[in-house]
Amino acid sequence: MNDLASETMTASPKSLGLDFNTPALQRKRRLRALKDRIARRAVSIGGMAVLGAITLIFFYLAYVVLPMFQGASLDSRKPVQAAWLNEAAAPLLLTLEEQNQMGMRLDQGGQVQFFDAKSMQAVSRVQLPIPADTRIVAVGQDQPGSNRVALGLSNGQVLVFQHVYKITYPNDVKTINPSIEYPFGEAPIELDTQGRELDHVGLSLNGGTLMLVGSTGTELQVLSLGREENLMTGEVSLSEERVSLPQISEPIKALIIDPRHLWLYVINGRATADVFDMRNNSLNGRYKLLGDAKLEVTNATSLLGGISLMIGDNSGAIQQWFMVRQDDGKAELTSIRSFQLAGNPIIQILPEERRKGFFALDNKGNLGIFHSTAHRTLLTEPVAEGQAMLALSPRANRVLVETDGQLQRLLVDNPHPEISWSSLWGKVWYENYDAPQYVWQSTSASTDNEPKLSLAPLAFGTLKAAFYAMLLAAPLAIAAALYTAYFMAPALRRKVKPVIELMEALPTVILGFFAGLFLAPYVEGHLPGIFSLLIFTPIGILLAGYLWSRLPESIRLSVPDGWESALLIPVILLVGYLSLGLSGHVENWLFDGNMRLWLSNDLGIPFDQRNALVVGLAMGFAVIPTIFSIAEDAVFSVPKSLTFGSLALGATPWQTLTRVVILTASPGIFSAVMIGMGRAVGETMIVLMATGNTAIMDMSIFEGLRTLAANVAVEMPESEVGGTHYRVLFLSALVLLGFTFVMNTLAELVRQRLRVKYASL
Amino acid sequence: MSVKQNNLKTWFKSGTPWIWMNAGAVSIAVIMTLGLMMVIAVRGLGHFWPADIVEVDYQVPGQEAKVMAGEITQIEEVPRARLAASGLPVDAEGGEFMTRELFKVGNRDLYGADFTWVVGEWLSNQRTPENLTAFERREWGNFYGYLVNVKENGVLVAEGDASWAELQARIERVEQLHNKLQRLQKKDIGRINAGLERIRLKTRKLELEGRLDEVSQAELDAERAQWDAEYKVLETELIALNQAFNRDSVTLKTVEGREATLSLGKVVRAFQPNAMGYLDKLGFYFAKLWEFVSDDPREANTEGGIFPAIFGTVMMTLIMAVIVTPFGVVAAIYLREYAKQGPLTRVIRIAVNNLAGVPAIVYGVFGLGFFVYVLGGSLDRMFFPEAAPAPTFGTPGLLWASLTLAILTLPVVIVATEEGLARIPRAVREGSLALGATKVETLWRVVLPMASPAMMTGLILAVARAAGEVAPLMLVGVVKLAPSLPLDGNYPYLHLDQKIMHLGFHIYDVGFQSPNVEAARPLVYATALLLVLVIVLLNFSAVYIRNHLREKYKALDH
Repeated sequence: MNDLASETMTASPKSLGLDFNTPALQRKRRLRALKDRIARRAVSIGGMAVLGAITLIFFYLAYVVLPMFQGASLDSRKPVQAAWLNEAAAPLLLTLEEQNQMGMRLDQGGQVQFFDAKSMQAVSRVQLPIPADTRIVAVGQDQPGSNRVALGLSNGQVLVFQHVYKITYPNDVKTINPSIEYPFGEAPIELDTQGRELDHVGLSLNGGTLMLVGSTGTELQVLSLGREENLMTGEVSLSEERVSLPQISEPIKALIIDPRHLWLYVINGRATADVFDMRNNSLNGRYKLLGDAKLEVTNATSLLGGISLMIGDNSGAIQQWFMVRQDDGKAELTSIRSFQLAGNPIIQILPEERRKGFFALDNKGNLGIFHSTAHRTLLTEPVAEGQAMLALSPRANRVLVETDGQLQRLLVDNPHPEISWSSLWGKVWYENYDAPQYVWQSTSASTDNEPKLSLAPLAFGTLKAAFYAMLLAAPLAIAAALYTAYFMAPALRRKVKPVIELMEALPTVILGFFAGLFLAPYVEGHLPGIFSLLIFTPIGILLAGYLWSRLPESIRLSVPDGWESALLIPVILLVGYLSLGLSGHVENWLFDGNMRLWLSNDLGIPFDQRNALVVGLAMGFAVIPTIFSIAEDAVFSVPKSLTFGSLALGATPWQTLTRVVILTASPGIFSAVMIGMGRAVGETMIVLMATGNTAIMDMSIFEGLRTLAANVAVEMPESEVGGTHYRVLFLSALVLLGFTFVMNTLAELVRQRLRVKYASL
Repeated sequence: MSVKQNNLKTWFKSGTPWIWMNAGAVSIAVIMTLGLMMVIAVRGLGHFWPADIVEVDYQVPGQEAKVMAGEITQIEEVPRARLAASGLPVDAEGGEFMTRELFKVGNRDLYGADFTWVVGEWLSNQRTPENLTAFERREWGNFYGYLVNVKENGVLVAEGDASWAELQARIERVEQLHNKLQRLQKKDIGRINAGLERIRLKTRKLELEGRLDEVSQAELDAERAQWDAEYKVLETELIALNQAFNRDSVTLKTVEGREATLSLGKVVRAFQPNAMGYLDKLGFYFAKLWEFVSDDPREANTEGGIFPAIFGTVMMTLIMAVIVTPFGVVAAIYLREYAKQGPLTRVIRIAVNNLAGVPAIVYGVFGLGFFVYVLGGSLDRMFFPEAAPAPTFGTPGLLWASLTLAILTLPVVIVATEEGLARIPRAVREGSLALGATKVETLWRVVLPMASPAMMTGLILAVARAAGEVAPLMLVGVVKLAPSLPLDGNYPYLHLDQKIMHLGFHIYDVGFQSPNVEAARPLVYATALLLVLVIVLLNFSAVYIRNHLREKYKALDH
């Protein structure tokens, strides 16, 4: 380029008496050059920044989505040798409270030690009121989060207590005061009337009823306690009811009570589960948990909500089982999925209190973090050497490990265990479901229900909506484009193109509102008319065309070629008027006056007012102009030499169109369809307003759907920032972005190649 | 053509039928577009026309006859079987069809619902009494009935025929009082509230910075006292106005004879459409139309006007245009004039092109995550700690809505500007360079002025797209009902952090989230019509400029 700063003007204008190299002019030139350089720099930086900012969208979405797919991580702190620990007996139970500040340790001597969960210093100690000469032989816990514990004693009695943490703010300092409460009295409750040692105990409180279960060898002892508190005196009165159940033949290993008191699961023998129906105190069935004779159940517990059983065995596998209703209405315990820790026997399984995750520990000190619904192993790591005991905090972000008289604190980072590739796109067997299914149900009333975040029904809905839209739009738009580009008279073309541009400019919110408020009820009331339109419009057009060809030449020739469209407008209006006008008569005649009822009663096809048909019509309308303008452009720019050549060789216009023009322009038409598809996939407002937004997987044209885009629009404002649901919505946006971007890029490349081809022709 | 086409077979063989089919596709597309526009226009514009109020006797077979009055808003033919299936006591004999009419009977406070479906065959003795009056109320929708008398402070002023004239005069008075009240409440009291809020924030800020000493505290207190005193004055004025506002009342009688008293403060206007001549109706029509575009919405947006929505849409698109133009133009200039043309620029060009096809909701998600939570959140932490925990910019608002739409429309501006730059003939640039101008001078003095219509086109298209886009806005800044406009007389005058109302969202919200869809429907059509008109106008002006531009350069090329 001409760099003014370094140049002096050497042309010799002396003859004119002009000097271009005066200091002032040179200064001015340098200034101009500087400005040029500054502008170049500024525009380049600015331009690149803008272009970079656009790509930021992609990276930001990915940045939000990525943490979902990362596993969990552990941050272990130094083990602490607490002095009090040396004096205490062997541990029975270790827990952490909500704030992660206080730990509790129950030992075999019946001493409850509260300690600071950070420094492991002793805070307070309570001796449980255990009768003299008895030992604690079994421990049972109620649902995660209830803090209720049952201790089975060697004399057949059970002591129920609850560890409670009260938070106070004396002098504005947060203090946690731990204490032990006895909601069912300080005196132990007699479970085995014969006073035998209880091997295992379990308890569950539902409403006002406490169910206590204990086992002595192969015998089951079940006690149902009604607890009533006198409001005036605060006195507690208990009513007892002994439940007798069919007995078990093999030694009992574990007792788990369903929190709704529907089922009692008794794990016995090597690997058998006996399930009792507690509504009528009968045996539901006996299930073999492990097939291999070498395997043996080593630990069992229930997950949050108490529906799933987690069965750990001596090979390090953990299986999830829950009751599934069979076709005949009977519930059966069914194996759902299994997880694998290292190859050693599982000794402890701890369910999380907020999610369907769980932690497992084997006898070699390996810790595993899993999530049941997502079928995901988030972490397996050794945390101790040899036998250990775990405590998991309610928020599942701290773990305490006790080994060899040492306490160690582990910080767990596990923000999004619920998501895995299989839970997003595959069929998942959710609790209370009869079979694996694709379900999107992002919100539920309580944490007991697992979030069901399958994108499959949404992706299906998206494609279904796009499919029905394309079914209408693609043939119409391509046919219209062929005619407009190839046959239409230029004068008419100049009038038609703005109409199509107008069609393209219509905001989708208007199409959506029109579809939802006008079209949906109209279509419902005129179903036969809509379907007869599909049949009679082409027939009407053909008939009109044929009649036109039979008209005397004087009339035919008065309308020049390429005006067929204008001629057809009254014809189509007439056909439409007749079809819709006669709709009611057809309905009376064929469908007893109500086609909708006929569909659902006689054919068994469910009918939603806002259905895929309405979406197809409305979104087809939105997509037609997109496909039309690109396809028309492709057809119009087919070199005239090709068509003239074909016509000159005697081909009819139609033959020229099908054999020459369409073939040449086909890549362009293809890319038009792809871009149209991309638009249909991402469209939000139309589907939001014209469908019922039900996330179902059904191809029926008479049922609604829910698309990815509409789902984002509906749920995004309510999702918690940074939560799993929020990130899943970001993922659906990313999927949409990726899908449309790939489609559009492909289409663009095809078009560019086509342009090069035309240029060479 | 010389070939005889009177044979059906040859006609099919010639391929002409398929040409007709293709032609039909064009006709269908045209009919769909124009039909949609027609339906929206007819329904939207028809709403403001004062329809006759009819009084009829309605007798459901087997029940007592009753008198009802209202506007007939819809008549449709329904197969007899369908009516019978819905549980109505329809005779088995008779024609195949029966008519079903939707009556707007109003009086929601008395009847519970202001729309009711009736069977046309059971109506009889239809009449349009001239003194049947419609009262448009500030709440509970319309009232249809007869005027009995007018009272002032409970004392009878006019009765019978004289009361109509009296009523009109008093409604006018109430209207003026209403305007005064509005001004007082919105403007003056709004100013005081804004002032008090500013003082609260200032106090909190000083407190946070540890600079709240006695001097500044006293200063702030004095200021607060000043506002309070001002408020006291306004309050008495407000009470007086409110009393005057509710001074008059009217006694009304519904067609079936129930009497009701209505405070005039609740009446917007009263009219007797059956007595109106054509010119009166026309005048009324335009008054309603004007109210629609210039007034605030009433009754959960189902009545009144849509001015805040228009204003919000305009504000947002304006701010968006201010942001998108420089960035888009700079990017286009860089891409076309400065960047080295090669595979990389081709990739960038394709990418930019494709971004125009990325679903709008994706931009909304990005806007919410990045602008609102990341950028807005950090702005709040840095500059507005005193407002915490209430977010200032860390929540959806006008600025973020505009920014999101700016990103959304950036590709449109870039593509259009680039196209414009590409169209400038080489000769023009080379001429400028040959005369010794630097590249910037050529760009600034020659190329850009020539390309400005193209930029204008891009900008108009961007504005048209932004004005119609709703999905991303649902995430980043629109609300159902904004308490105040984003631009007012209170410091800092332009409230970028405020949420706005938007025409497109208004359509979605009123049409789909409203509890009284039937009443809201005509208004939604009217709003849709307005939006369509604005966007069509913008698009056609863009097309016009583009075509004009093409002509201009055609001349230059030769």
